[in-house]
Amino acid sequence: MSNAVLSLDQVSKAYRVRQGLFGRKLPLHALQDIAFSLQKGEVVGLVGESGCGKSTLAKILLGLLNPSKGTVSMYGQPIADMPLRERASRVQPIFQDPYSSLNPRKTVAQIVGLPLNLLGIKSADRNRQVTDMLDLVGLPQRAAGSFPSQLSGGQRQRVAIARALIARPEILICDEPTSALDVSVQSQILNLLQDLRDELNLTLLLISHNLAVVRHMSDRVVVMYLGRIVEEAETQALFDSPQHPYTHALLDTVLRPVPGQGLPYLDIQGEFPNPIRPPSGCAFHPRCKLAMDRCKSERPVLSASDGHRSACFLHDVN
Amino acid sequence: MQPATGLENDLPEPALLSPGQVLWQRARHHSGFLLGGTGLALIIILAIAAPLIAPYGPSEQDLLQRLKPPMWADGGSAIHILGTDQLGRDYFSRLLYGARLSLIIGLSAMLISGIIGSTLGIVAGYFGGRIDLAITFLITSRLSMPVVLIALAVAAVFGSSLETVILILGFLLWDGFAVVARSSTIQIRDTEYLLAARALGMPLWRLILTELLPNIKDALIVVATLEMAHAILLESALSFLGLGVQPPLPSWGLMIAEGKDYLLFEPWLIMIPGTALFMLVMSINLLGDGLRDISAPEGRS
Repeated sequence: MSNAVLSLDQVSKAYRVRQGLFGRKLPLHALQDIAFSLQKGEVVGLVGESGCGKSTLAKILLGLLNPSKGTVSMYGQPIADMPLRERASRVQPIFQDPYSSLNPRKTVAQIVGLPLNLLGIKSADRNRQVTDMLDLVGLPQRAAGSFPSQLSGGQRQRVAIARALIARPEILICDEPTSALDVSVQSQILNLLQDLRDELNLTLLLISHNLAVVRHMSDRVVVMYLGRIVEEAETQALFDSPQHPYTHALLDTVLRPVPGQGLPYLDIQGEFPNPIRPPSGCAFHPRCKLAMDRCKSERPVLSASDGHRSACFLHDVN
Repeated sequence: MQPATGLENDLPEPALLSPGQVLWQRARHHSGFLLGGTGLALIIILAIAAPLIAPYGPSEQDLLQRLKPPMWADGGSAIHILGTDQLGRDYFSRLLYGARLSLIIGLSAMLISGIIGSTLGIVAGYFGGRIDLAITFLITSRLSMPVVLIALAVAAVFGSSLETVILILGFLLWDGFAVVARSSTIQIRDTEYLLAARALGMPLWRLILTELLPNIKDALIVVATLEMAHAILLESALSFLGLGVQPPLPSWGLMIAEGKDYLLFEPWLIMIPGTALFMLVMSINLLGDGLRDISAPEGRS
């Protein structure tokens, strides 16, 4: 995997959570043995329900959290060894909520220019680059002097994108970049991201609940459940022939534009398990209608057949 | 590079104001803020211009002109507008120089306690965990101390002068700053703009100074006004009890103390510095309340 811009090797993250006031501290495994890689110029979608560890993963990739185990490397070099500034100039985030991701006390020009400011670039040079960047993300020049409170949600997200891109990073980690926006604005932001990816040859990790967004944007999709990857495949293959029952259920939740069809019937039971006391064997077995006896005692490993990886005994190649 | 297409490019600009403009709009219509601000500004101007306005020096004695009443009372004259004290010193001049003293003590004590309290509060709020526990314990210990008693005891031990009064008050009044800084920091600690700054590799001290502090400063300024008024009152109390500023400095508290022997016959000796003290503290408190309403109108109580 020499071509991988970013690769994760058996990354795990555990928090210690106290149960009750005087209870013991128990480990909460937010991420377990996550391994995948991003190739140059690729868009990888990451899906899974709330609490499955998507945002923890994003923070680890940004260097905001250290993994408990495993390494994240960029072109084979572990990012833990990289100076803060260098890592920051290569991986940048776009957050979910543009209403809280911009400092309300700063003007757009200050917010967008901040990364350059930190790199020690002179103010004349900085202003020129900020101007270019606002142009690139489709904001009018007069936005430069305004404060975030004077902008709409879509415009704020454009500012956040401009801030993320101004130091020319290679990788963007987009954590639900459109879920806080109006539906009409969502597509504009997604198209903007796609255009920018083509122009700047960016690599994108797109974390999202919205399967339509993931399908539209991604080349490859990773599905997570309770801190583990359960399936990974090319977008087309995953949406056409999902292998893991969880992916199946996830795809079934998408509303189809068929009149009179009503809400989709879900082949999934129960609730998301307590991550402090995960189910034995396959973590999904209590909710899976295809569960076998083996699923309760043994945990399936992620195994691949022509690039389609899944962790389920139904598709175990062995 | 081609500009990306955007349909919502029309800024809804004219109606929306920048944060600074919004504050100014609210300030203009807040009568308490305007009244307090004007009062405080007036006192500050008088204090700064004291050498120009005051007809006499603050400790200039004229023993032939002792205990003259103010000009509007029987026997008063325009030579001493507010009369003279028991040593024949011009009361108006002393009042003006006393304003300087009160403001200097209030401001310095507020600055010292502000720096101590904000630092502790931000550190506790930002790092949380054991550090927060330790600092919260410190705040609780401080809150359980009787301020006046401790100030008296320390002043009695170390002797009293202008500097010691400032230091004592500065080291005693930081609790309000710490509590407010801590809770405001906890509120915005996990916001995404701080995460974004961290993801840019911003050094911690810079993050706190340029990203965090500007967003909690309104709350701290409100505390600062309250603590300044508090410090001025405490200084007067200490001086009144003889453990604060020492004579012949014209502290308002000292003027009240010196006038108390003449309470029944020359009541203006107490009423004049008392009124001045009341107006200064009232102005500062009105200003503080106004600032709170203006900066956080949704949290008004």
